[in-house]
Order: sequence, then structure tokens, then C-alpha cells
Amino acid sequence: MSNRLSPRGVLALIALRTVNSLSRATGKGSGTVAGGRVGLAVYPKLLSTLSKDREIILVSATNGKTTTTALSVAGWSSDVATNSTGANMPAGHAAALAASKATCAVLETDEAWLPAVIEATNPKVVVLLNLSRDQLDRATEVRAIAERWRTALSKTSEDLVVVANANDPLVVYASEVANEVRWCDIETTWTADAVSCPKCTQSISRSEGDWSCTCGFRKPHCTTRVAGNEVTIGDRSVEVQLSIPGQFNVGNAAMAATALEVLGTDPSNALTSMRSVSGIAGRFTVRSWQGRKLHMLLAKNPAGFDALLESLNPGSDDVWIAINARIADGKDPSWLYDVSFERLQGRKVWCLGDRRLDLATRLDYANVAYEVVDDLNSLPSPSSTVELIANYTAFSDWMQRSTE
Amino acid sequence: MKIAVIYPELLGTYGDYGNALALSERSLRRGIDAEVVKVAITDDLPAADLYLLGGGEDGPQRLAVDLLKKSSLRQRVANGAHVFAVCAGLQILGTSFSVEGDDAYEGLSIVDVATTRGAVRSVGELLTQVGQNKLVGFENHGGLTSLGGGVAPLGSVLHGRGNNGQHDGFVTDQIWATYAHGPVLAMNPWFCDEVIAKVTGTQLSPLGTVADKLYEERVTSLSSR
Repeated sequence: MSNRLSPRGVLALIALRTVNSLSRATGKGSGTVAGGRVGLAVYPKLLSTLSKDREIILVSATNGKTTTTALSVAGWSSDVATNSTGANMPAGHAAALAASKATCAVLETDEAWLPAVIEATNPKVVVLLNLSRDQLDRATEVRAIAERWRTALSKTSEDLVVVANANDPLVVYASEVANEVRWCDIETTWTADAVSCPKCTQSISRSEGDWSCTCGFRKPHCTTRVAGNEVTIGDRSVEVQLSIPGQFNVGNAAMAATALEVLGTDPSNALTSMRSVSGIAGRFTVRSWQGRKLHMLLAKNPAGFDALLESLNPGSDDVWIAINARIADGKDPSWLYDVSFERLQGRKVWCLGDRRLDLATRLDYANVAYEVVDDLNSLPSPSSTVELIANYTAFSDWMQRSTE
Repeated sequence: MKIAVIYPELLGTYGDYGNALALSERSLRRGIDAEVVKVAITDDLPAADLYLLGGGEDGPQRLAVDLLKKSSLRQRVANGAHVFAVCAGLQILGTSFSVEGDDAYEGLSIVDVATTRGAVRSVGELLTQVGQNKLVGFENHGGLTSLGGGVAPLGSVLHGRGNNGQHDGFVTDQIWATYAHGPVLAMNPWFCDEVIAKVTGTQLSPLGTVADKLYEERVTSLSSR
């Protein structure tokens, strides 16, 4: 690709690769972001240049973007460049593209960065899964993000196709201005951030799989649908067997397959190939820790937590939950009160992480049995696999503590 | 005690349900009857002993105040009902506040308090001295609130910003207001009990819960900064 770069671009690329190898060699990081940052500083157009002549899919959302990116990569029957370490801002994108000669790319994109990344990469498809409250202490409130997405999508090129979740009014509001949209009818349990209409702020009324507002804003007609494990895209239905759990992941797979279909990949083949995705950066995998088997589940915000709690196997098994409130988690754990922990009544929860007392207080008010774990050695040793749900930095602590 | 959560779809951004939950649970565990009703924007305001106003974004805050101006809230407060308000809810009770596109949007004027836009957004943990007790919480707002003559602040700021860096919120005979959002009553059991005692006119028996430990931990952590 270097032959199309200006001398400054070549310099930027060299700088990026040098910093990446240094970063890896010194053990300071996986090396993607640091190099990307240096490259972009030397040559701001680096990301656009690296994107030229590639077929790019961008995936953005509050929840599910890492998984859906992995599913799209697995379903695409060719060599694909991707930012698989979750470095989802321009520096990570530039690094991912610089590291690969593949002409296809799937890039997980941070919600706030999406408009800039659309402009820089000129994608063929943008996949928009959902928008909900997350880390309000450091991020913009969700309606403002929907507004920015809408502005960006109203200015995009004519051949861009948006694949959008029709059950999230904020996503529909952002996407409806695009030239071409493939609407997807996928299960969306979290509705609290779009109770009032993004267009007129009146109340959105919902009934059995449909929603509308008195101002005329309503759920669009969908060409992709999901019922249980059956995914229908256009007039073709496919029975899906994924290796990762949760009805929300069937929805993620359906949206990934819709994006790939736009680019000419047979959805049935794509969905079959997605079975190879069994865990993404440890998520959904089973790991060992001091003789216990832990099913590693990541949930960072109320929408993600609710979807996971709903997907837990019914029964009375204990659940371990670890909560931190460090910078990467958002320093305000108030969101624990937006999670329906009442669903866990009848089970016992072992409270872990820096903010285990915040969690215990929440569970106490929800009348869920709990134990505050100050000493990890006091954790029980059940014979069955333990469901361990953790937020961002707590998840990473448990990844380090446990082994494959 | 009937607790009415006003327009949770507009004013419920920061775990505000936690306050209703703490109030009802701490009452029920002492044998005090407590019922929580959620008031939708299409509902008429029901009679209640205590109304809760939560936090919200600019657009929803404006719609909430428009609806409340036409509601019976002012009348019900005049007739003795209590109000517990946080963040946007605090601003709504005053004479005016600032939202996107309007620097002086008219409030409910139930209390002589005015809010303008501060130079910076106040985001972080908040610790205030309220009488003999400390109040801990988290604030996230862009308001600078000034109290009219005769309106008492709820507390003095020890850490964080509150109304203006010196004081947080306000308190009247029937109203409590603070910038500590969301589950402030869940995190401060003494304050939750004070509200229940006032609204029901009863003396409360002590109730030990894990919230006491959380409260101690947060106060200790914030006091040492």
C-alpha cells in the first residue's frame, strides 16, 4: 500500500510500525494504540490513506460491538483486517489497517468517534446495534450521541448502507437519514433510554414487538428478523448454532450476516462460519481459578447487565459478581440501581471487586441473598461451573487471576 | 407512606430508582406500610405523601417542567405533601434554570432558588456536612445554583461542588434537594431514615444493613482526600 502514500505518509507508517514493535518488545502493551497515535500525529490523513481501496464495515454500539466485529470477521469468507484487541478509536484503526494487506476490514468503532471514522474510512457498511447509558461521568449522554450519528449519516456517500437495529428508537433516529438502511428486528430488552421520543420527547408507546410515537416516528419495516435461533434475511431463513450464549448474540450474528450479505457473502455460509467464534478476549470462555471453573461474562452497563442476567440458566446456582469503579469503568456506580438485580432473587450472589459494598447494598434492597467477599480464599468451591459477571476492569483482573 | 416517582422516563438518568427503593424497603422492614407508584407523563399526578424528582438530560428536563406546571404538584405541596429532589429535579423546583437553547427557562417557583450554567461541569464524588452527619454521593451537572433569602442550604460542601462549591442543595419544612444524584438515599441510610421519619411523623427503630458499611467506607475514602 505504501506506493500510494506521500513521503510524509510513508514516514508516518514507519513511525507507527516502529512504535508498535517497541511497545510490544518492552512489554508495555499489545502495541496497537501507541503506534497508531504516533502515525496519526505525523500524518493525520493516515487512516483515510490506509482505508483506500478497501471494503470496510464499521460496527458501533454501546453493547455488543466487540462480539459483532468478531462475528463479522469470522463470517466473511476472505482475509480480513480488524482491530481485534478492542482498540476502537482512530489510532487503533490505523494500526489494524497498517498491520494487514487484506482488502476487507471490519473495524469496531467507539460511539463518540463514529462520525470522524466514517469520514476517514469511507465504509461500505455501518452496523449500528444499540445506544444506552454508559459511564455517564465521562461520556456524553446518549441522546447527544444519537444526534451526532444522525448528522454524520445524513452527509455520507450514496453507496453506504447502514445496517440498523429497528427496535432501538435512538438507533432508528440516527439511521433514518441515510440513503439505504437494512432494518433488523432483533431482541432489545433495554428500553429505558428511549422511553421518550428522540424526535419530540413525547412518550413512545410499545406493544408486542412494535413501537411508535404520536409524532409519527415509528418502528420501520424490517428485512432481517430473528425468532429464537432462526435468522431471516430477506426471504431466506437460516437456523443458527452459535458457540457463544445469549439471545442477544443471535441478534448480533443476524446483523453481522446482513452486513456481509450487502457485500455479497451468502448469509447462510456466513452464519455457519460464525460458529468458530467461541470467546472474544476471554468473554464467554470458561477459565480455571484455584480449582474452580469460571464462566467469564463481561457486563459494563445496565443494558448489558440486564441482557446477561436474562440469559443465565434458570435455577438457583450461585453467581459471582465483581464490580469496580475505576476510570475505565466510569467512577460512578449509581448505574447499579438501573440493573434489574431483582431477577436474581432465589440465588445467592458473592460480591467481589473494589465496589463490592455498593453491589451488596443494591442486592440487599433488591432482597437478593448476598455475601461480601473481602478475602478471595473464602469463596466456595462448587462442583459446577460458576457464572462470573464482571465489569470492565474487574473482568480484566479476573482474566489475569485465572488461567485457560 | 405513598411515594410517587415523577416521570421516571424523563427524570431517571442516574439510578434514581434507588431512592424510591431505599425509602420503601427501609419503611417496610420496620413495619411501616410503603407503596411506590411511578407516574408516567401521560398520567395525572396522584395523591402521595412524598414526591420524588430525579435527574435528567436537558430536553427531558424541559418537558418535565412543562408538564409539572400544568399538574397539581404546586397545590399538593401547598397542602402538605413532601418532595425529595435531586439534580435536574432540584433545578425544576426553583424559579429558573438553564438548558440548551435557553439560559433562563422558567421553573415551578416552588422554592426561591435560581440556577444558571456554571463555567465547568461538576462531575465527581460529593461529600457534604448536613447537621451532625455527612452525606456522600456523586454529582454530574452543569448548574450553578443560588438560594434566595431565607432558603437554607441542605449542607456545606467538604468535597466536590454542589450548588456553588460552598453549599449543596436546599431544605425547607417539606422539601429536600441535593445535587447528589441517583441512589443518594440508598447510600446514606441516616438520611433516608430522616426523610421517612419526617414524612410519616414516626420515630424509627434502628435498622442495621450493609448500607451502613458502604456509607462508612465512602465517608472514610472521601474524607481522606
